[in-house]
Amino acid sequence: MSPFHRPPQFNWWVGNRAFTLFVVRELTSVFVAAYAVLALLLLRNLALGRDAYEAYLRWLVTPGMVAFHIVALVAALYHSTTWFALSPKAMVVRIGGRRVPPRVVVSANYLAWIIVSVIVAVIVLRA
Amino acid sequence: MAAATITLEVLRYRPGEDQAPVFQDYQVPYRDDWVVLDALNHIKDEIDGTVSYRWSCRMGVCGSCGMMINGVPKLSCAAFLKDYYPATVRVEPLAHFPIERDLVIAMDDFMQKLSAVKPWIIRKDEQPLSDGEYRQTPAELDRYKQFSMCINCLLCYAACPVYELEPRFVGPAAIALAARYNLDSRDQGRGQRQEIVAGPDGVWDCTLVGECTTVCPKDVDPAGAIQQGKLFSALDWMKSVVLPWGKR
Repeated sequence: MSPFHRPPQFNWWVGNRAFTLFVVRELTSVFVAAYAVLALLLLRNLALGRDAYEAYLRWLVTPGMVAFHIVALVAALYHSTTWFALSPKAMVVRIGGRRVPPRVVVSANYLAWIIVSVIVAVIVLRA
Repeated sequence: MAAATITLEVLRYRPGEDQAPVFQDYQVPYRDDWVVLDALNHIKDEIDGTVSYRWSCRMGVCGSCGMMINGVPKLSCAAFLKDYYPATVRVEPLAHFPIERDLVIAMDDFMQKLSAVKPWIIRKDEQPLSDGEYRQTPAELDRYKQFSMCINCLLCYAACPVYELEPRFVGPAAIALAARYNLDSRDQGRGQRQEIVAGPDGVWDCTLVGECTTVCPKDVDPAGAIQQGKLFSALDWMKSVVLPWGKR
């Protein structure tokens, strides 16, 4: 007598909060990737010369692109914070034979994030 | 006043009789110190002796009574009726596994994956008995102890959407047990396990949903074992690039 095989459910992520939040986290990476593409286009236009670069900057401040940036920022923040929260899963740091508490690992990520952001802000705002 | 009762909706599958699984309702006495397993035992003893399910220790040690309870993988010996009463409790076999009969799943796939990761201590150089035991410090024990608590209850596989969509995935418990031996200071078999753990169906299939860790009744944290496995395999790869002449 052969066992009964249940067909896979493709709506598995609907109706379970943890699964839905997981899928949202994965989908936010689309915005992160899209933003990376915009940054690459910025470099390309910079290489093409002043006119191309300025035209690109004008396109970036059109209402549609501003709206996209706001959505992308929210998505990137969600993406980053959820991954920071998961970082102790992969990073097991031991000091003196004792495991560093997961909260400290998460805080170290936030600290590194703030430091990098401040450096970037200083470079950008000084220019 | 009539004694309180609670309804259990049990998924039945009788091979040869049922074309597909069907739910069957059972009314059982409600007692606030009863768990779902007590209710199933009541059904089996008093109402319907044909209901099949696995259980043994009824205290969260043997790992045999895992079931889907209201859609969540749980040990039925640790799921109290009082947490569901007065609503109906829906009891199904562990998700993602073929159903042998009623609440009994076929676990051949897991058994094969478990043995593939060689969950035992592998030595390259066996020391003679006269040298005594392989000694370990408390700190060395602490590195793998959490992963050694696994009772093979398979709740993590039932919680893992990756295992449902990609049944070849080695899966949480088997990878956690591979980590348990890889992190053991007495073991020298990591290279052998890496073929499976870092292979095409190993750690890289995991998308870190994290539910395996959430449902684990023994706080094993298989999601942690898998992510650490990714870190170690990435380091292996980097070493093989930087030091191609070195041994992996």
